[in-house]
Amino acid sequence: MIQIHCPYCGETLPELEFAYAGEAHIDRPESPSAQTDEEWAEFLFMRQNVKGPHFERWRHLHGCGRFFNAVRNTITDRFYITYKAGEPRPDLATLLEEDNK
Amino acid sequence: MSTYRVRGKGRVDASKPIVFTFDGKPYTGLKGDTVASALLSHGVHLMGRSFKYHRPRGAIAAGSEEPNALIGTRRSAGRFEPNTRATVQEIWEGLETNSQNKFPSLKWDVGAVNDAAYMMFSAGFYYKTFMWPRSFWDKVYEPFIRAAAGLGVSPTEHDPDTYASRNLYCDLLIVGAGPAGIAAAREAAGKGLSVVLVDENAEMGGSILSEPQAKIEGKTSWDWLSDELADLKAAGVKLMTRTTAIGYYHENLIALVEKLTDHLPTLPADTPRERMWRVRAKQVVLAQGALEKPLVFHGNDRPGVMLAGSAQTYLHRYGVKVGNSPVVVTSHDSAWYAAFDLQDAGAYVQAIVDTRAQVRQDLQAEARSRGIPVKLSHTVTATGGRLRVNNVRVNPLSGTNVGAGQWIKCDALLMSGGWTPSLHLFSHTKGSLAWDDDLTTFLPKDTPEDCVITGASRGLWGTEAALRDGATRVGEALAKLGVEATATEYTVADDRTGSGVMMRELPTDRSPGKAKAFVDYQNDVTAKDLRLAVREGMRSIEHVKRYTTNGMATDQGKMSNINGLNIAADALGKKQPQVGLTTFRPPYTPTTFGAFAGYHRGEHFEVVRKTQIDAWAETQGAVFEPVGQWRRARYFPKAGETMDQAVTRECAATRASVGIFDASTLGKIEVVGPDAAEFVNRMYTNPFLKLAPGKCRYGLLLGDDGFIRDDGVIARVDENRFHVTTTTGGAARVLNMMEDYLQTEWPDLNVWLTSTTEQWSTVALNGPNAAKLLAPFVEGIELTEEAFPHMSCVNCTVAGYPARLWRVSFTGEVGFEINVAAPYGRDLWEKLWEAGQQYDITPYGTETMHVLRAEKGYIIVGQDTDGTVTPADAGMDWAVGKKKDDFVGMRGLKRPDLVAENRKQLVGLLTEDNSWLEEGAQIVFDPKQPVPMTMRGHVTSSYNQGTTGRPIALAVIEGGHSKMGETVYIPMPDRTIAAKITGTVFYDPENSRLKI
Ligand SMILES: [Zn+2]
Repeated sequence: MIQIHCPYCGETLPELEFAYAGEAHIDRPESPSAQTDEEWAEFLFMRQNVKGPHFERWRHLHGCGRFFNAVRNTITDRFYITYKAGEPRPDLATLLEEDNK
Repeated sequence: MSTYRVRGKGRVDASKPIVFTFDGKPYTGLKGDTVASALLSHGVHLMGRSFKYHRPRGAIAAGSEEPNALIGTRRSAGRFEPNTRATVQEIWEGLETNSQNKFPSLKWDVGAVNDAAYMMFSAGFYYKTFMWPRSFWDKVYEPFIRAAAGLGVSPTEHDPDTYASRNLYCDLLIVGAGPAGIAAAREAAGKGLSVVLVDENAEMGGSILSEPQAKIEGKTSWDWLSDELADLKAAGVKLMTRTTAIGYYHENLIALVEKLTDHLPTLPADTPRERMWRVRAKQVVLAQGALEKPLVFHGNDRPGVMLAGSAQTYLHRYGVKVGNSPVVVTSHDSAWYAAFDLQDAGAYVQAIVDTRAQVRQDLQAEARSRGIPVKLSHTVTATGGRLRVNNVRVNPLSGTNVGAGQWIKCDALLMSGGWTPSLHLFSHTKGSLAWDDDLTTFLPKDTPEDCVITGASRGLWGTEAALRDGATRVGEALAKLGVEATATEYTVADDRTGSGVMMRELPTDRSPGKAKAFVDYQNDVTAKDLRLAVREGMRSIEHVKRYTTNGMATDQGKMSNINGLNIAADALGKKQPQVGLTTFRPPYTPTTFGAFAGYHRGEHFEVVRKTQIDAWAETQGAVFEPVGQWRRARYFPKAGETMDQAVTRECAATRASVGIFDASTLGKIEVVGPDAAEFVNRMYTNPFLKLAPGKCRYGLLLGDDGFIRDDGVIARVDENRFHVTTTTGGAARVLNMMEDYLQTEWPDLNVWLTSTTEQWSTVALNGPNAAKLLAPFVEGIELTEEAFPHMSCVNCTVAGYPARLWRVSFTGEVGFEINVAAPYGRDLWEKLWEAGQQYDITPYGTETMHVLRAEKGYIIVGQDTDGTVTPADAGMDWAVGKKKDDFVGMRGLKRPDLVAENRKQLVGLLTEDNSWLEEGAQIVFDPKQPVPMTMRGHVTSSYNQGTTGRPIALAVIEGGHSKMGETVYIPMPDRTIAAKITGTVFYDPENSRLKI
């Protein structure tokens, strides 16, 4: 079982407390009505399906209840970082470099 | 004393005889014996029949890797377990054991005709044999597969044992208490660390238990072992025997299964049979040792053919000679010691057959001094004997030439093809392996986990090497724990080291195509099968494995994987690493369902949520149904009533006077804050900004794709407070969705969301007398059409309890929902029940609720919708706010597919012959079209117990809204039913009954 660090609680806790919530950094457009069909379909349906480091959302469902972001390797399940919703997307190259050390 | 027991040998207690039975016959063993060692002490090698060919089989090994000697063990009613390894099960007074896969008896088995039909059951036979003719399926193939499926017989009774589970956090977990594991524990002990040492066997010591001749640090190995274990225990190391590490999971989570009672003659009170430990270790040392490889030759599965190292274990650990006149066949030095030890214990070793031309001089000298004939550069090409090996055919080798065979009489054949490091747990960590050409085996390389691997698991041989390696390698783990390691340098005298060569099938002068040279004993896979699989196009070892089932037996390929790989690689003309090794997966050894289930059995399997009123319903004889995790009253039958009769009565009574319904399971979410109205308005399709406090409104929740997700009535309690209800099953999902939008899309909104499902008891009263019944209990509002019209809500007092009273209806009748603090629900209900007697008040359940709402065409999300239904499809465009800027799903509703013609739309159906339709039944337009027909929709709801006097149904049908009055057809297995499309409202379309 993976252990996940909740950036709100500041604790590393068993995966059982958390729920996966899909790819991260997909913003709902400010004015949906102004979206073309293609743009709206892109927002609704298109996802990366990454093999390797993946920006994704988790929710500390059975804890503080907050949604947060994470970078997880989909091959190894390694979490490189978790960070609060709304914080900028971390630079992947830097993350991987730090992880190698 | 039995014939094959050796006085003065072994760790069994000669003063404590134990009687158990095997196939009904009593046998006497000694305390400390396994079933296998006790049977072998009586010369019993035949312990079972193989799975596919029903060939007679005996124990080939002495430990948990045993593929053949699988038995049923029985203690008492319910305490039967199939497929227990006889080599692991300890005996106790009264233990009943039975052989498997035999009919009518172990010695004479009918299924052995499969063996004669050997050529038919070759590789891929599952895929080929059962292809045709089709008519053979029912009569021939299926019965055959069912009879052959699985090993042994499933228990049929309820398991009366209990199983426990625990969490354990430690600094260092060491798996395997052989020399390497013990040396590792020694380095870590007494340094303030929490250290756990586990071993799957009843005794710790591993290979030391089979090597009493060695002297460790000047002591006999067994003295050293007992001193060392006592020291470790004194130093606070947690020692766990009969405990198997079955799986290595992410971030050093290791699952251990501890067997607590299977070895005990009487069951201690309040003790679980097994305990599953979930260990989170900061560092792990894997010291699982190595497994001996069988040699692959014709007849290598006959009872009495056994691994040489296991024969040594039987001799030294259990004091049992596996034969009086054994022959040894080997390609590795280690088997020579088995010959020496057996000879010294009084056996007459008939020959040591070694495939190698060159063998160490000291070994040859030892053999000569004991008078054991040695045959170097020889191969074994066959064995004889029906239920036990009684001779072996030995041929000289010169280069690739196999000379004439000579039969040697024997009563056991001990083989060794060398040793394979046990890499199972290391592989669970996704550790990478490296092929070692010298050892012709895979060795561990890197692992992403905080774990080191040591001893024979990484190809080292001999007690001294294992001890030193354990003491050294644990240093890496200790360093990470901030502890300095000393790396004790052990000295071992009379150590047994050695080397060998890898063999594929042993060379033979006979046709290899006819050889029954087994690689996977349990699944009856031969070398010929593997080569056939390659000839038939399998290129990867993963394909070869699945085609032949090699390595798929319950021993997890412990015996077969490397031999299978060597043969497949040879057949492909490739090096082993290019062919690859199959993946080891947990569990390491077969594990009971009980160990996995732990406490989660029976009533503890899943939470059952009950309302405050549930107990009342139970006393009234309600029939319950699960809805989500809730237990809900489905109907309240009177004596002798069927469900249909009860529901018909409940429906009629509610429409005639008043019905009472427990609506407490509805999901409830309190939405509070200055932006509460804005938030609800954005989430739901309906307009909520201008909903006045004191008013309710139906709310429809979509996903951003435009499809219906949930619905419910929403009350504006005051300016900044909404009481939102959801479907019973959807509460958690809806709250999650709301939180998602609130936290991540609209964090600027000042709103709090709180689940209040369990804080309220909700009692629903419906029917023309509902207001009359309720009015005397209510303080603070008059229940008149003027003062409290339909879709109103008010904070008031009901029966003295503060309440949120709503005037809403899910039945089409005058309806009230009274929300009081949960604990008051039962009392409120009983007061209404008592007062309601004058109106013939009737309690109704979910079934009546479904019928009454269907008569009014009210949808149930998840029944009449399936995640692809829009408000327009459901005929609920009226619920979608037309002047809103945005709500979840608004843009989605304009997607091309959602505005397309001919979508499936919700309609009513009335059958022409008044028959009832099955929910889920498919609908076609043309009943005469050829099969397969074009399906145009399906029945979503269907009832025949209602107040309309005839069956009604709801359905989704392509373009249904424009097909009113048209006839569609519902083909069923026995007939085709015609039905007319109607509107969805079957009762009181004018809503006249909603008025007080
Ligand atoms: Zn948290």
